[in-house]
Amino acid sequence: MNQLITILIDGITYASWLFIVALGLTLVFGVLKILNIAHGSFYAVGAYAAASFVSWFGAMQFAPSWSLVAMLLAAVAVAALVAPLCERSLLRPFYGRDEVLLVLVTYALFLILEDVTKLIWGVNPYYVTDPYALFGNVDIGEQSYVGYDFMLVAVAVVVGVAVWWGLNRTRQGKLVLAVIHSEEVASSMGVNVSRVYMLAFGVGIFLAALGGALTAPMISVQPGVSVGVIIVSFAVVIIGGLGSIPGAAIGALIVGLARSLAVHTAPVAELFSVYIVMAVVLMFRPEGLFQRIQARKI
Amino acid sequence: MQATSATLDKPALATRHGAGRPRTLLAGLVLIALLIGAGALLPKWLTFLLTMAASHGLVSLGIVVLMRCGVVSFGQGMVFALGGYTAALLFNRLGMTDALGMALAGGLVAALAALLVARLIAGYRGIFFAMLTLALSMVLYGVLVKTDAVGGSDGFNMGRATLLGQALPDASVGYLLYAVTIGLSGVLALAARVYFDSTRGLVSLAVRENELRVEYLGGSVRQAVAANFVIAAFLGGVGGALTVMSLGHIDPNFSYWTSSGEFVFVAILAGYHSVLAVFIASTLLEIVRSFSSLYFPNTWQLALGIFLLLAIRFLPGGIGSLWAGGKIKTSNGGRP
Repeated sequence: MNQLITILIDGITYASWLFIVALGLTLVFGVLKILNIAHGSFYAVGAYAAASFVSWFGAMQFAPSWSLVAMLLAAVAVAALVAPLCERSLLRPFYGRDEVLLVLVTYALFLILEDVTKLIWGVNPYYVTDPYALFGNVDIGEQSYVGYDFMLVAVAVVVGVAVWWGLNRTRQGKLVLAVIHSEEVASSMGVNVSRVYMLAFGVGIFLAALGGALTAPMISVQPGVSVGVIIVSFAVVIIGGLGSIPGAAIGALIVGLARSLAVHTAPVAELFSVYIVMAVVLMFRPEGLFQRIQARKI
Repeated sequence: MQATSATLDKPALATRHGAGRPRTLLAGLVLIALLIGAGALLPKWLTFLLTMAASHGLVSLGIVVLMRCGVVSFGQGMVFALGGYTAALLFNRLGMTDALGMALAGGLVAALAALLVARLIAGYRGIFFAMLTLALSMVLYGVLVKTDAVGGSDGFNMGRATLLGQALPDASVGYLLYAVTIGLSGVLALAARVYFDSTRGLVSLAVRENELRVEYLGGSVRQAVAANFVIAAFLGGVGGALTVMSLGHIDPNFSYWTSSGEFVFVAILAGYHSVLAVFIASTLLEIVRSFSSLYFPNTWQLALGIFLLLAIRFLPGGIGSLWAGGKIKTSNGGRP
């Protein structure tokens, strides 16, 4: 019983940050039709920026609780500075090209960002410990869990609801939905498609950076953090269906639980449990769990 | 289908493109002989670089085979690793040390594995094809990392191969492995050219252009993609085996998604028109990699990324389109 609870809690906390990251990926795909390999790099940049911001806030004698604000600001800064730069200069020339080619363009972006992060932050690991201790420990049964993990779950829920609300209940969101539905019709109705692209890309990158910033206290931030995240978040959006928000949530839960089940019962399977789930879903529902089957255009 | 290709595509391609004809094959053989001959005069680092370029080029050639029917595999690392592990395990466990034997065995094992999933995979297109192959390669990666019998995440070393029953002497081992790699890759590259210009190979191109048309003409799209998937796996397996023989070491990173990414990189850089372009692109990548890691150790990926972006931007058809692209296009400019 205790083990079951541990598996559930581990799975859900893992799923939470994964959901935040994958939501950004799925949003970018939904609007720009780009499966962004560099998403993991933005995650890494977010983690690094959070490490820097938290240490600056620490140096300025802010109370430790301000480190949460620092992390949020880090994610905002990444989205505001890096996203428009990449979208305008690197992605824009390739819009409308074959989707597999676009994957390769983002692969190039990933290579570039890998080295740029090394140039800015060096190769030594960073540790952000302040925020992790902020929420104390929570005892459930005989086990003690770190409160920060539960905060992550709350943030994930808030982020999910906010994105859903933003898309379905605001004017900007409806413009985005119109572009997702049909770019051509939207632009003929006077929607500024290129602005919507930038907005969606910016929000997507913000979510990746936020995921990175929130994870920074739980890991040592060092080169290579991006590489592992990419494929796991791919798995999430493939399982849930590319471009679907509920899909990203369910996909993250499935991946999170599959992984924590593997970690606690069959550690040998930890690394490939996620990909097996992804392969099985692709075999039986290639469009993902939450995507309607589309008729192929001739 | 047969009638269509015979009357429309094939003569047009064969006469205008010139590939697949004895003259092209002869030129290919001469080039291989020249490269092998020149290898004796080249410095060691350059023969090693070319060995890696040829063996990796073979793996990318597999992706090009797939690109010709309109799909791109992001899991080519899987067959690369399968070929490599097969060769290394044959050497260490079963005492089979012949370089050619190991290379062919690596290719066969990879092709066999691909055969198991080919029917299933052939039903996917675009991003889903890429993601499913990626998932499979990552499953293999996960299995390899956790299998202590093959060294886990550290991998293991393998000793020096033999050639046709002869041990390779210290002084010339690098050169002989170079010669084997160039010879085998060259022959397979020529075979690929012949395949591309055969009726089956041309059906693949037709699949790329318009699947429905192929089905209406009586060709099987699924079969064409499945066949190409197996051929791609064979090439990847041979490439993996050749690589591990020269490196002397193998680890699960052979199957990691970043190695698959590099193979796709080379395939896109080369384009799907020319076989020679694949090896040129592969050599370019090896050169950029070696020189950047020598002179800018911390920014070689940056250089590679910019290089790739420029290539996609300004050479959308790949390097091969510089000399072969225009000739393969159909009368309507290649549009379906």
